[in-house]
Amino acid sequence: MNVPESDSPTPTIIRDATCTFCGCVCDDIDIHVEGNRIVKAKRACALGTAWFLNHAADDRPSCLIDQKPASVEDGIRRAAELLTDARYPLIYGLSDTTSESQRVAVAIADWIGSNLDSTSSVCHGPSGMALQGVGEVTCSLGEVRNRGDLIIFWGANPAESHPRHFTRYSLMPKGMFLPNGRKDRTCIVLDVRKTKSAKAADQFIAVKPRCDFEALWTLRALVAGIQLDPEDVLQQTGQPLKIWQDLAAQMKQAKFGVIFFGMGLTMTRGKHANTEALLALTRDLNQFTRFACKPNRGHGNVTGADNVVTWRTGYPFGVNLCRGYPRFNPGEYTASDLLARREADAAMILASDPMANFSESAREHLRSIPYVALDPKETPTTRGAAVAFTVATYGINVPGTVYRMDDIPIPLRPALTSPHPSDFDILSGIEQHVRQIIANQ
Amino acid sequence: MPELFILIPGRTLRQGRGISEGKFGQMYQDEIHALCMAPEDMQRLGLANNDRVRIISPSGQVETTVAAAKPGELPSGLLFIAYGDLSSQLMGQDTHGSGMPTSKGIDVRI
Repeated sequence: MNVPESDSPTPTIIRDATCTFCGCVCDDIDIHVEGNRIVKAKRACALGTAWFLNHAADDRPSCLIDQKPASVEDGIRRAAELLTDARYPLIYGLSDTTSESQRVAVAIADWIGSNLDSTSSVCHGPSGMALQGVGEVTCSLGEVRNRGDLIIFWGANPAESHPRHFTRYSLMPKGMFLPNGRKDRTCIVLDVRKTKSAKAADQFIAVKPRCDFEALWTLRALVAGIQLDPEDVLQQTGQPLKIWQDLAAQMKQAKFGVIFFGMGLTMTRGKHANTEALLALTRDLNQFTRFACKPNRGHGNVTGADNVVTWRTGYPFGVNLCRGYPRFNPGEYTASDLLARREADAAMILASDPMANFSESAREHLRSIPYVALDPKETPTTRGAAVAFTVATYGINVPGTVYRMDDIPIPLRPALTSPHPSDFDILSGIEQHVRQIIANQ
Repeated sequence: MPELFILIPGRTLRQGRGISEGKFGQMYQDEIHALCMAPEDMQRLGLANNDRVRIISPSGQVETTVAAAKPGELPSGLLFIAYGDLSSQLMGQDTHGSGMPTSKGIDVRI
C-alpha cells in the first residue's frame, strides 16, 4: 500500500480513497495531501469532508497508563494483564475499525472467555434479532441504484446521517433501468418528525410517535387484503386509512421497491418487533412484486463488525464466550446491560465511546472498573481508561477492509502515515501477551 | 407546572461533523446541548430562543438551552435533541431484552 511520506513536499492525490465515516463507505473520494495534512476531499459530503480534514494525528502520547504517558509495550502488557485477571470481562465497540482488527478483537475475546459486543447492539442490533426470526429480503446498493423505482425511508434521515445516500445510491442516479434518474423514482419518507430528508421526498407521512409497529401492521393487513376499521387506524397510527391504502397500493405496483430503515424503528418502543414487522412486510410484498429492505447502518464498519463476529462465533453481537463456546443473548450479554447490571469487572473498548452514549448507570459502572480504550481521538471514554491507546485512523492512515451497509467489502486506501500505531498492531500485541499469560497459568 | 413531551434524540449534520472535529470541541458541544421545540409550544410556555430549561425523564434530568424548530419540522408535543451526553443522561438502562435502551421517544417533562 502506497502511503505518502509524512514530510513529502509535493502535493499528492490519492484517487478513489474510501471514506469510513458512515455506512455508505463512499470509495470514490480524491484526497489531496500536502505535507502531512489532507487539504481537500473531492466528492466527499459534509460529514466526509469533516472526517478527512480533521484527522491530522492527535498530538497525544500513543499510550497512557492511568492517564500518564507510557510506552506502547508497557500498555500492551498492562492491557493483557488487566483482561486476563478479570473474571467477567467485556470487549465492546469494533464498529470504527478494519475487519482485520475486528478479527483480532474476537480472537482475544475467545482466549479470555469474554463477553463480546459491538455498537450494533445500540444501533441495528434489534434489526439483527428480527432478521433471525423473519429472514431478510435484501439487495445491494447497486441494485437500488439501477432498479429501485419506489424508495421508502422509514425512521431514517439520510440527509443528515448519510448525505450521499440520495446522490450515489438511492434517489438521483440514472440507473440501468431508470434512465431518467430521480424522475423515474418515487420517494416516500415516514417519520415522527419532518426531517431534512422529507424535503427530498415526493411524500412525507407523519407516523404517530411510538406507533411504527401499528403502522407497519396496518400496511401488512392492507397488503394481505384485510379490511380495517378507519377509526381504529387513525387512532393507532395518526394517519387516516386512505393514506395507508394508497401506500400499500403504491408498494404493490412498484417494479422494484426498497425500504431503508433507521434507528427511528430500532431505538423506539417496539425495537426488534418494529423491524420484524418491517421485514415481514417486505417479505409479504414479494408475493406481488420485487421488494427489498436495508438498514441504514451508521458507523463506517459496523456492518463489518456484524460479519466478522458472525464468521467467528456464529452470532452478530451480544456473544458470551466464557464457557469456551459462543452463546448469544441480547439483553444478557450486550454491553449496555452488562454494565448497567454491574456485572463486567474489566473491559476493552475498541473504537467507540460508551462513556458518551450509554445510560448513566452503565457509564457509572464502566467508570468504576479498569478498562482499556483504543481510539484515534480523545473521547470521554479514553479519558477514563486505565490504559488508553491513541491509534492511527482507519482509512486515513491504515489500510484494510470495511463492509458497506449492504455487506459489500471495500478496500481502504490510506492517505497519510501516522506517528501512532494501528489498533491492529496493538490488538495483535495484546493477543500475543494474553496467549503467553494463559500458557503460563 | 412541568409539561409532558416526547423527546426524540437523533443525528444531525453538525453533530456528525463535530465528532470529527473532536467531542470536546465547540461545534459538537453546542450541538448536543441544543434542544428544539415546536414554535407553538415555545409560545404557549412563554419561552424565547436560548432560554434555559430543565428536562426531566424517569432516569435523570439535565438543563440546557431551547430553540424553536423551523415551522412544520416538529409537531407540537415533540422535542428534538442531537445524540450525545445529555440525551444519554435522560435514557433509561432497561433494554427489554434487546441490548438497546429506549433512546428515542422518551417521556420527559419540561
